[in-house]
Amino acid sequence: MNRATLDLWVGLFVTLGFAALVFLAVKVGSYSTARGAIYSVNASFDNIGNLKVRAPVKSAGVVVGRVGRIKLDKKAYRAVVRLDINDGFKFPTDTGASVLTSGVLGEQYIGLDPGGDEGLLKQGDTLQITQSAVVLERLISQFMFNKAAETPASAH
Amino acid sequence: MSALDATLRKLGAMTIDGVWRLGFAARFFLAVLRYSGQSFLRLPLTIREIYFSGVLSLLIILVSGLFVGMVLGLQGYDILQRFGSSDALGIMVALSLLRELGPVVAGLLFASRAGSAVTAEIGLMKTTEQLQAMDMMAVNPLARVVAPRFWGGVISMPLLAAMFSAMGIFGGWMIGVVAIGVDDGAFWSQMRASVDFRYDVLNGVIKSFVFGVAVSWVAVFEGYDCHPTAEGVSRAITRTVVYSALLILALDFVLTSFMFRGP
Repeated sequence: MNRATLDLWVGLFVTLGFAALVFLAVKVGSYSTARGAIYSVNASFDNIGNLKVRAPVKSAGVVVGRVGRIKLDKKAYRAVVRLDINDGFKFPTDTGASVLTSGVLGEQYIGLDPGGDEGLLKQGDTLQITQSAVVLERLISQFMFNKAAETPASAH
Repeated sequence: MSALDATLRKLGAMTIDGVWRLGFAARFFLAVLRYSGQSFLRLPLTIREIYFSGVLSLLIILVSGLFVGMVLGLQGYDILQRFGSSDALGIMVALSLLRELGPVVAGLLFASRAGSAVTAEIGLMKTTEQLQAMDMMAVNPLARVVAPRFWGGVISMPLLAAMFSAMGIFGGWMIGVVAIGVDDGAFWSQMRASVDFRYDVLNGVIKSFVFGVAVSWVAVFEGYDCHPTAEGVSRAITRTVVYSALLILALDFVLTSFMFRGP
C-alpha cells in the first residue's frame, strides 16, 4: 500500500478516535463544578442519612456544587459536610441547607434555601440553619407512638 | 525421594527463569523507550504501525462495541424496570462502558487482534534472522522494528477504547430508546447528569492508555524473545495473548481500586 493511502487511513482513524472522545465528553459526560473555581462552606447535620461524597448541591433544583467531604464531629456527634459551591453562585449568609431525596429510591442531595441577608457566604463559613435527612424508620415509629398515645384518649 | 527432588528442582528452575524473564522484559522496556526518539525521527514507520494495529482493528472493535452496548441495553432494562427506574438505563450503559467494559474489552480484543500479529511479525523476523541482518548493517532493530510497533499500539489503544465506548452507548441507545421505548430525553439527560468528564471519561482513557502500554510491551517483548523456530513463534503468540489478558484484568482491578474507591 502506498504512503498516501496509508496516511489517509491513519488520519481517518485518529479523527474518528478523537470524534469518539469529543462525543463522550460533550454528549455523554458533563464537566463537574468541582475543581473549577469553587468556595467551600461547612454545614453540620444531626443525621445525613445516605448522603455520599460527590452528591449534588442544588438550589431551586439547579446543581450549584458538590458535596466535598463528610466527617463526624467527634465532640458533638454531628455529621459535618463540606459543600463545594461553584464560584459563580453566591448565597446570603443565612442560607439554610437540608438533606433531601430525589424520588422515592433516588439519590440524596443537599438543598440550599437562600435567606434574605445582605452579606454573602465566603470560603470556610459555616451554615447555621440545617435540616437533617428524614429517616423512614423514625418517621414510622413516631407515627405509631402518636397513634398508640391517642387511642386510649379517644376511647375514653 | 528422587521424584520429589526432581520436582523441586524443576519448580526452582521455573521460578528463576520467570524472574530472569521479568528482569529482561523490564530492561527491554527501558531500551525501547530509549530508542523511541530515534524511531520518531522517522514518523512514517510509526504511522504504518498505527495503520496495522489501529485501523485494521477498527471493524472488530466497532462491531463488538455495538453488540456489547446492545446487550447492556437489554440486561440493564430488564434489571432497572424491576425497580421502576428504567429511565436510568443511560447511566448504567454509559458508566459500565466508560469505566470498565470499554477499556477492558477493547484491550482484550486489541491484544488478540493486534498484539498477536505484532508478536508473530517480530518473531518471524527473528527466526529468519532479519533482526541480526539489521544489526550487521548498523541499523538498530529496537529503533527500526520494535519501537514503532510499540508506539503504534500505545497510540491506537485509547482511541479504539473511546470508539468502543461511543459505539456501545449508541448500541444501548438503539435497544433502550428505539427498540424498547425508554424516553429519549431521560436517557440522555440522566446520563449527562451522572457521568462526569474527569471522573469517568478521563479515568477510562487513562485505563486504556495503561492497557495499551501493557499489551504493546508484552507483544513486542514476546516477539523479540521467542525461540527462533516455528514452534517458538507459535508459543510466543500464545503467551502474548495469555499474558496480555491476565495483565489487563489484573491492572484493571488495581486501577479501579485507585480511581473509583468512592469517598
